Amino acid sequence: MRRLTRIPQVIDTSKTYEPILFDDEVWPVVKLAKNRKEFIERVTEESFRRLKKLRPNLNAMIEELELTRYREKLRYKTNPWKVDPDDEVIFWNSVKSRLVDLDNADKTKKQELVNQILWDIVHRYVQEITGNFKPSHYRLARRIIKFGFARLLNAARIKKFGSFWRGDLTLQDKIQITGEAEQLRKLAKIGTVVIVPTHFSNLDSILIGWVIHTLGLPPFIYGAGLNLFNMEIFAYFMNSLGAYKVDRRKKNLIYLESLRTYSSMALQDGCHSLFFPGGTRSRSGKLENRLKLGLLGTAIEAQRINYEKGEEGRHNKIFIVPVVTNYNFVLEAPVLIRNYLERKGQERYYVESDRYDKSGRILKFLIEFFTKGNNISVSIGRGLDLFGNYVNDEGMSIDSHGNRINSRDYFLFKGKISADVQREEEYTRMLSEVIIREYHRINRVQSSHLVAFTAFRLIRNQYKNLDLYSVLRLPTDEIEIKYSDFRRAFSKLRNRIIELFNEHKVDMATHLTEDLDKVIDLGITNVGMYHSRRPLLKNKKGNIITQDINNMYYYHNRMDGYELEKFL
Amino acid sequence: MSSKNSYDKPVGVIGAGSFGSAIANILSKNSDVILYARTREIAEQINKSKSLQGKELSDRIKPTNDLQLITDRCDVLFPIVPSENFPELIDDLSHFLKPYHILIHGTKGLIVDVDGWEENKDRKVIREDVYTMSRLIRERTLAVRIGCLAGPNLAKELADEHPAATVVASHFDEVIREGQRLLRNDRFQVYGSKDLLGIELTGVLKNIIAIAAGALNGMGFGENARSLLISRGLIEMIYLGQMFGANTQAFLGLAGIGDLVATCSSTLSRNFTVGERLGKGEQLSDILGSMEETAEGINTIKIIVRLMKAYPMRAPITESLNKVIRGDMTIEEALRFLMKSPFSIDFDFF
Repeated sequence: MRRLTRIPQVIDTSKTYEPILFDDEVWPVVKLAKNRKEFIERVTEESFRRLKKLRPNLNAMIEELELTRYREKLRYKTNPWKVDPDDEVIFWNSVKSRLVDLDNADKTKKQELVNQILWDIVHRYVQEITGNFKPSHYRLARRIIKFGFARLLNAARIKKFGSFWRGDLTLQDKIQITGEAEQLRKLAKIGTVVIVPTHFSNLDSILIGWVIHTLGLPPFIYGAGLNLFNMEIFAYFMNSLGAYKVDRRKKNLIYLESLRTYSSMALQDGCHSLFFPGGTRSRSGKLENRLKLGLLGTAIEAQRINYEKGEEGRHNKIFIVPVVTNYNFVLEAPVLIRNYLERKGQERYYVESDRYDKSGRILKFLIEFFTKGNNISVSIGRGLDLFGNYVNDEGMSIDSHGNRINSRDYFLFKGKISADVQREEEYTRMLSEVIIREYHRINRVQSSHLVAFTAFRLIRNQYKNLDLYSVLRLPTDEIEIKYSDFRRAFSKLRNRIIELFNEHKVDMATHLTEDLDKVIDLGITNVGMYHSRRPLLKNKKGNIITQDINNMYYYHNRMDGYELEKFL
Repeated sequence: MSSKNSYDKPVGVIGAGSFGSAIANILSKNSDVILYARTREIAEQINKSKSLQGKELSDRIKPTNDLQLITDRCDVLFPIVPSENFPELIDDLSHFLKPYHILIHGTKGLIVDVDGWEENKDRKVIREDVYTMSRLIRERTLAVRIGCLAGPNLAKELADEHPAATVVASHFDEVIREGQRLLRNDRFQVYGSKDLLGIELTGVLKNIIAIAAGALNGMGFGENARSLLISRGLIEMIYLGQMFGANTQAFLGLAGIGDLVATCSSTLSRNFTVGERLGKGEQLSDILGSMEETAEGINTIKIIVRLMKAYPMRAPITESLNKVIRGDMTIEEALRFLMKSPFSIDFDFF
């Protein structure tokens, strides 16, 4: 085995964190909740101003309004949701008649009427987006979540529901937090934190919520899909936990600009935020390799506006903290990978259906998840500024020589802060690259992912002439990898992982350095352990076989992006 | 912007080779220029003689060998040094560069960031290990507004003020705008491109083909042979570019085919000269020993051939040249091999 030049972090599951900032009054998110009405007005005003700037020409604006109305009608006709307000049809019909009336007005009057229509639409959107966060509910919801999770967990451990109400185990045994938790707590006190986690499972938002509470952090606001509010249980918790609503059906300019403005202004006000920058769950099982730039861009814009207001100082700096969730077993994996292959392989359009649209199903999902003894690790990355530099515990950006960077300099042109949209778009793209790099760097390699990777790559090499989709269609009884071959390949890849680990390009679990056969066995036991068709198994001869090669491909994908295959 | 005059900082050029001083002269038509030379002696020499390598330098060019001074006084810098000196320069510069600096480099080479990669044949070299100059600047310094210069810009012709054009490529509009504003004059046109990687790679890869073109010349062949090489060479460049993830378009523009034609036809090109002497039967070590400035193409060939071990593909011109410079093949054998190569499709992109 390759020699380690640094030591993998051993996780202390007994560590507890006191809440930071005892005084609720100072949480910006609480202030925002208290002044909800005033905030809605401010966001409406700002969105309105931006939209006027984007469509300065009156006729272009009228066209935009007509397009929006038409798309909205199409949405509520073809894809209505339970959560949609009752007066939807009435509102958009009135917009229609008001647009028709424009023809009779003179130019000044017309402008006035158009402004009014635009304002009303924006106001309606902003009201919908704004969360219904109530600080009093936050404590209650937090307690219920902790309580509920702990119950489920106990049931899981003892495997009988009789023990449901005993409180002898905590969630912390099961969910391991690694990485820079202490720094995250410090940064949350001195600036505005944006947590950007990877997204593999529907469980992520609850999981990250739990992590935020466990670390003693104040509530974070985050954009939750409006569809989640279709379920009453979820709606209650989301409203209580600082969620704002994102409706991915609405793709019109007015809506998107309102959403961006909402996020930007909440950040300017100092509200800690949570974005899933990958957008939706990773269907392939790969770590995110492309991020949605919209909300990340609002963070960069908010940072520039903060600097325009004053020098770099306390409370006006925004920090990015990447977080990677790590599961040996993702319950949705078979569905996700099928979706992925359908999309990628045959370019076939498919209607996005939400399997978890009923409260009952989500509950079943949670129970299944927690009753299936499955360890989860959550890796917290080092804090970054918006330009991809690491920050120290005091929140200062630091260069590779350890010198302080004035991050305000990123917005200077000829000595002055300048707003350059194209530059900020490019910064957003660069930031997303750094976040992806950090994901790969803090990804904690488990034996389960590495065995899946090794097996799938060996199969691909064996059938070099087949394309990916043909390999995935191979009959499972055709596939058998001789243990000695597998062992040799696994050992090579483990050596490469150790090299990458030594170079700080990946993280790894402590168990990975143990005896080779033991590591392999552990990996095979854990990978996708509760799928009805296992991705990897050993047969009587000790050789490696599979019951479902798609599942194997899914878990293999987790190690994609390190070019490991070149070292086989 | 109207506040232009209230902020007239000089422009910096780093590297006082023939291309660096030609660019400094062009820049001096629009701005004051600070020219950085590697040693104090060269800087003083320039200051005294007001000339460099026999070419006169404008009065607006002030030489220095103080990197801190040039980064403090200039917001826009043009690093133009051989790739082998680039990492060291970047390490030194990294102490002084700020996020607002604009860097437009003119270096046409690659760097492999694996210690002793040439000797250690067991270590696979993958894309991740190979750096373009812009990536080197991006990852090793605080500068982010990075661009490159590429095009048919033979230094001697630039110095003689023959009409010419170049491409400034960057992901940032403001870098392209500044590059154009600073470089443009009656005799020099500047195009912009957002495809930084593509433009950088065209400049790098064309040097390989230039060596081959020189070899044909040295063996006494004429225009048919040269045209054959240029067109097949362009296709090879495009494939190699794709190996790095670059698009085809950049290769078909001024910095691609434009530069390729210029360097494959002119004895003013160093890479062409190396090839020509190889074609006449000289040994590589003798040729390199007698040259004042670097021929980037030789190093590029070695890197590309090594990379192709990890990303299997065929690049017959590059592979044959590699065998020639290693002494495994004579130049005549290489030619015979290429003429027999079984690629019968002319052009199959898009």
